[in-house]
Amino acid sequence: MPLSWNAFDEGSALPELEKKPGVTQLVKYAAGGGDFNPLHHDFAFPQSKALGSIIIHGRFKYAALGELVSNWLDHGGRIRSLSCQYRGMDLPDQPMILGGEVKRKWEENGEKLAEVELFAKNASGKNTTPGSAIVVIDA
Amino acid sequence: MADKIEITEKMRAVLGVESERWTHEVTTTSVRAFARGVGYTDPVYFDEASAKAAGYRSLPCPPTYLGTPIFIPGKSNDTFSGPKNTGPGLDHGLKNVLDGGTETEYFADICAGDTLSVTSCCADLSIRESKTTGQMLIVTTESTYTNQEGKVVAKQRGQGLFY
Repeated sequence: MPLSWNAFDEGSALPELEKKPGVTQLVKYAAGGGDFNPLHHDFAFPQSKALGSIIIHGRFKYAALGELVSNWLDHGGRIRSLSCQYRGMDLPDQPMILGGEVKRKWEENGEKLAEVELFAKNASGKNTTPGSAIVVIDA
Repeated sequence: MADKIEITEKMRAVLGVESERWTHEVTTTSVRAFARGVGYTDPVYFDEASAKAAGYRSLPCPPTYLGTPIFIPGKSNDTFSGPKNTGPGLDHGLKNVLDGGTETEYFADICAGDTLSVTSCCADLSIRESKTTGQMLIVTTESTYTNQEGKVVAKQRGQGLFY
C-alpha cells in the first residue's frame, strides 16, 4: 500500500531489507548498471588479489538503499535526494541488513517532506554504508 | 600505494571543465536490467501495466539509476561504459580506485522512453589518509542529467578515491 503521511512519525523505522549478494548477483548488477570493473567479478584481477577478494560495488549498496526507500514509499511519494558514503568494503555471499529511521518530518511550500537516515550493516554489525534521503510524500 | 600525493596546478586546472556530452538511454529493457541487478521484486520496475497503475508514464527509473551510457567501441570507456574522454584527464598516475560516496538530487521523474544528455566535471580535489591504503586522492565529480525536453532531471556527485 502506498505510504501515507499519517502512517509514520519522527523516529519510525523503515522495514528492513536483507540481502546476500553472490557473484551472480554482482554480474547482473554490472550488466544492469554498466560498471564492468573486474574488482567486482574477477578474483584474478590484481586489485582483487591485493584485497584478498572481489568486493561488492559501492553503487550496488547505494542502489540497495534506494530499494529500501522505494519499498517503504511503495509509490506513495518520491525521492528528492539520496546519498551515501562507502566506509567499508563488503564481500560477496555475506548477509547485509539495510534499514533506516525517520529523523525529521515537516511541511514546506505545500509539500510533505521527510528526512530518513539509512544504514547497511554487515554480518558483524558494522554500518559500512551510512546514507540519508529526503522524500516527498503525495498524501 | 603512494607515499605522498600532491595536487598540482595542472590538476587544479581541470576543476570545473565540462566533459564531452554523452547520451544515457532509459528503456524498458534497461530499467528491468538494473532492477534485476539490484534484486527488486516490485513489479512496477518490470511490468508496464503495474507501472501505469502506480501512476507512471512507463517503467520508472529505480532510485540511483540514471540511464545506461550508450556504448560505442573505441569511444566508450570499456570498463565503465561512459565516454572515454571525460574532459581533460587528471594526470595523477595512481592505479587503484575505490568509490567514496554518491549523492543524487532529483528534479523530475525519469521513465523508460527518456533520453538523458549528461555532462560532468571535476568539482573538487582533496587528499585523505586511509589506514588500509595510505594516502588517497579524493576526486569529486558532478554530473548533470538533462532529458529530451531540455529539463535538468537530476544531478549526481560522486567521490573517486585514488591510491
